[in-house]
Amino acid sequence: MSEETLYWQALNKAMDTELEADESVFTLGEDVGLVGGSYRATQGLMAKYGEWRVRDTPISEGSFTGLGVGAALVGMRPVVEIMTVNFMLLALDSIINAAAKIPFMSGGQFRMPLVIRVPGGIAKQLGAQHSQRLEHTIMNVPGLRIAVPSTPQDAYWQLRQAIASDEPIILLEHELLYFSKGPLDILAEAPPMHRAANRRPGRDVTIISYSRHALLSAAAAEELAKDGIEAEVIDLRSLKPIDWDTCAASVEKTHHLLIVEEDCRFAGAGAEIAATLGERCFGALDAPATRLAGLDMSTPFNGTLEAASIPQVADIVAAARKLCRPAKTPVAAAAE
Amino acid sequence: MERDVLHRLLSDMLLSRAFEERAAEEYGKGNIVGFLHLYPGEEAVGAGVLNAAAPSDYVVSGYREHAHALMRGTPAREVMAELFGRADGVSGGMGGSMHIFDAERRFMGGYAIVGESYPIAIGIAYAIAMRRLPEAVICFFGDGAVNQGTFHESLNMAALWRLPVLFVCENNHYAIGTEIHRHSAVTEVYKRAAAYNIPAEKVDGMDVSRVYDATRRALDLIRRGGGPQFIECETYRFRGHSMADPGSYRPVAEVKAQMARDPITTAIGEAAIRLPTQAELAEAGADTIARLTARMVEAGHLAEVEMEGLRKAADAVVEDAVQFALHSAEPTMAAAWAHMTCNRRDEVLI
Ligand SMILES: Cc1ncc(C[n+]2csc(CCOP(=O)(O)OP(=O)(O)O)c2C)c(N)n1
Ligand SMILES: [Mg+2]
Repeated sequence: MSEETLYWQALNKAMDTELEADESVFTLGEDVGLVGGSYRATQGLMAKYGEWRVRDTPISEGSFTGLGVGAALVGMRPVVEIMTVNFMLLALDSIINAAAKIPFMSGGQFRMPLVIRVPGGIAKQLGAQHSQRLEHTIMNVPGLRIAVPSTPQDAYWQLRQAIASDEPIILLEHELLYFSKGPLDILAEAPPMHRAANRRPGRDVTIISYSRHALLSAAAAEELAKDGIEAEVIDLRSLKPIDWDTCAASVEKTHHLLIVEEDCRFAGAGAEIAATLGERCFGALDAPATRLAGLDMSTPFNGTLEAASIPQVADIVAAARKLCRPAKTPVAAAAE
Repeated sequence: MERDVLHRLLSDMLLSRAFEERAAEEYGKGNIVGFLHLYPGEEAVGAGVLNAAAPSDYVVSGYREHAHALMRGTPAREVMAELFGRADGVSGGMGGSMHIFDAERRFMGGYAIVGESYPIAIGIAYAIAMRRLPEAVICFFGDGAVNQGTFHESLNMAALWRLPVLFVCENNHYAIGTEIHRHSAVTEVYKRAAAYNIPAEKVDGMDVSRVYDATRRALDLIRRGGGPQFIECETYRFRGHSMADPGSYRPVAEVKAQMARDPITTAIGEAAIRLPTQAELAEAGADTIARLTARMVEAGHLAEVEMEGLRKAADAVVEDAVQFALHSAEPTMAAAWAHMTCNRRDEVLI
């Protein structure tokens, strides 16, 4: 039984359910309590569960994220909300040096049931310091897991799964998705947290993407279909680990791979995907894996330039078309 | 206080108020997009501090900084064009309202990461100290920003090496929706400076002459080698945190009471010969009446007509700025790439 739900409401419901079910779950962050979170994910929860379980923090990302690590060490299940991914840079020591490494460095003595929720991505003209994607940074850290929900259903499932997990998990939520709508069935059985989703079957080209750009890729696929190109759209849902089997199966079917990401191209998630699938599916690929990514540029404030700095639906359509039907060389064209 | 100083303070505050109210309007029309943090209510802090500074001093600020830039002397046209994201903006349309930079006026940036400005300020101060120059750095930040580790780290280094920095806390009692009692164990911010032996004082940030005087004294001490100084200005923002925030977490009664302490009204009162009407006195609230009346009796520098002239002048500057911004071109992608590589010498890398 599914119900049309907003992304933030799905997160809110997941949080509520977990707070209700387990006393060791608590959440903290800037303005998560009284205000209910900048994107409403914790709206109404402080009134219901009290200040200790829904805690408004000072602007001290480094230390309140570290607090989450400490609490997780002794059996709590903290959900730290960092107001936006840009401020996660101040918490990287706690995340990379502590959360990711303590279970290992201690020879497996400790669990790390820490969840970090962070809105991020390029929204609408928030300027260079507030328009970043940092998945590349955390993807490179052994010991972390990263979920990138693009739908309300995934947001609900993955937040609940993250809280239930004993590993440190970062949920990258996209700022432009909080008010997007989609079906939510709270009784449906969840796939594993890291399982990629095939959003649209197709035979001509595999488009692999994640977060908001998975939705743009699905929209592009509809455009391509009008043109006779059937694209298969894989929404990764998880950036660490990546569900390679689902990706490879698709590439082996379509023989063409287009990777779409909002993050900058250089050393981004797309580079990892292209390299790994390039190795694994070398024989199946009719053309080199292609990446469509954000420009290697700080995000300009100006709206037109901002939009031009990341892939749009039309760019995805054009890239897929080019990959499936490479332009004829002048010589070949002349021969016809 | 001297007449021309008062005039400058008042003009700056009027310009800032008119600019911000107009920016809000333009935001409503869609000409400005994104985060826009407005300054109404806090004008006395910016005007008092920046008018007391020398042109050779540096200013480092946060994201509520375009009013600071205006009062520092950046032309309203260039600030408005930046808010519009246009090519003639002071940061070429690349920065936006939270990232105003004006090298010419030593306005060293608007920073949108809370707590980021202290280290940058002490870095500039370190360079000044090394070069033994008679300059100072003014570092603005909010009450919420004092809970970042960088605050403590930077104050310690500033004190340790006696760096020429003036720390100015704009305490408006809120970090977005979190009231100071809920985010700080010590709510009298200036007391925190004592942990690093930095001389600190609290001033009424709704009273521009007090802010001005305190800043003069502090900068004087800094220039005489007294090391870092700290001023906490108690103030209030009349609007939400940004245009995206209706500010509904604040009780209406609280907002009204604070608006009655409008720093512009106070400054006008101080400068005008005219006595306030009964209605105005009642509206101003009991605590400000005494202050207002006493000063007006002493001062008497400004006539009502002149006041009207100042207001009109501010409005005209703002109108001109909006027209300028509207007619300014969008920046090009080529310009964006040029800014990305603006510090590259003549090497060809790839
Ligand atoms: C490191 C960091 N964390 C969080 C934010 C989001 N944020 C922007 S302004 C703000 C409140 C700052 O309050 P204060 O320092 O009192 O300044 P005010 O806006 O009141 O002038 C917060 C939490 C940020 N920009 N940077
Ligand atoms: Mg504040």
